[in-house]
Amino acid sequence: MSIPGPAAASFRFAVNVTPKEGILDPQGRAVEQSLPHLGVTGVGRVRVGRRVELTVEAPDEAAARTVVERLAAELLSNPLIEQYGIELLGGASSIATGQ
Amino acid sequence: MSVRVGVVVFPGSNCDTDTLWGLERAGAEPIALWHEEADLRGVAAVVLPGGFAYGDYLRAGVIARFSPVMRAVSAFAADGGLVLGICNGFQVLAEAGLVPGALLRNRSLRFVCREVVLRPARLDAPFTREIPAGRLLRMPIAHGEGCYYADEATLDSLEESGQAWLHYAAADGTIAAEADNAANPNGSLRGIAGVMNAAGTVAGLMPHPERAAEAILGSDDGLLILRSLVSSAAERVAAGRPAAVTTR
Repeated sequence: MSIPGPAAASFRFAVNVTPKEGILDPQGRAVEQSLPHLGVTGVGRVRVGRRVELTVEAPDEAAARTVVERLAAELLSNPLIEQYGIELLGGASSIATGQ
Repeated sequence: MSVRVGVVVFPGSNCDTDTLWGLERAGAEPIALWHEEADLRGVAAVVLPGGFAYGDYLRAGVIARFSPVMRAVSAFAADGGLVLGICNGFQVLAEAGLVPGALLRNRSLRFVCREVVLRPARLDAPFTREIPAGRLLRMPIAHGEGCYYADEATLDSLEESGQAWLHYAAADGTIAAEADNAANPNGSLRGIAGVMNAAGTVAGLMPHPERAAEAILGSDDGLLILRSLVSSAAERVAAGRPAAVTTR
């Protein structure tokens, strides 16, 4: 019989990084300019960003989120030009594999 | 006596050899500094060369920022040491917060590789002091993410203080506006091609002075910037300023 160690669970997050409002987004503009070639109208304000998915091992969701917040602010985004949002994809006990 | 200047080599740097050579032509004793070493080996100035450090993954320059050598470079800069970042090196400095602003994807979305005309805003900086008054510089650029961005208030203060030390210009010296595709190759706000920190000791620029360091290359105007750095570093050494210390 083994004694369980300190409870640590895995939490899967996504960090969505997008250009801040008002920051020039040449990629978004290029996508937007291609829409007429598809015969699509009525679509605007296209902004292209980046999505990073990661798994964090931590005692609980709050602790895991703190780690993700720090990574998002210090590494995954540049606060001068980008904003980010954090999404919890799956929680607790086992590493969730993306669906 | 020649002065020792370090050129950082990141995985993905590709202008390091040219930069070592350009610095030698400018009168320095250049040495390469490997990214995994946090030891600047007593250099009197550091240059971060162009390339694609760490593949430019995530954002150009960001991963390089966390390398051991950059911890040493940041400490050196905080102590007033001279640091010049060229192209990708400028992106690294901006990501590290050692110079203000950020470099966005070129407005055209294209990688642009061509010669540009540059107008220095001041000739009293460690990076410009060898440039004759009124002289415009011709040198190449080669980048996909060189569109300089900062907020309006920052731009105002950079222009006023002369921290915006280099601008893209037309052949007659007129500073190139954002939408002037002929003279402003990437859409940089206010035509800014280079900025420095408030102390005037850390500077970045998108153009490549080391690729314009010999007349046979079409221009040797870049030597003026490299010579400025080398003579400033030599002057500091002569004045007894300690060079970079070995950090552990």
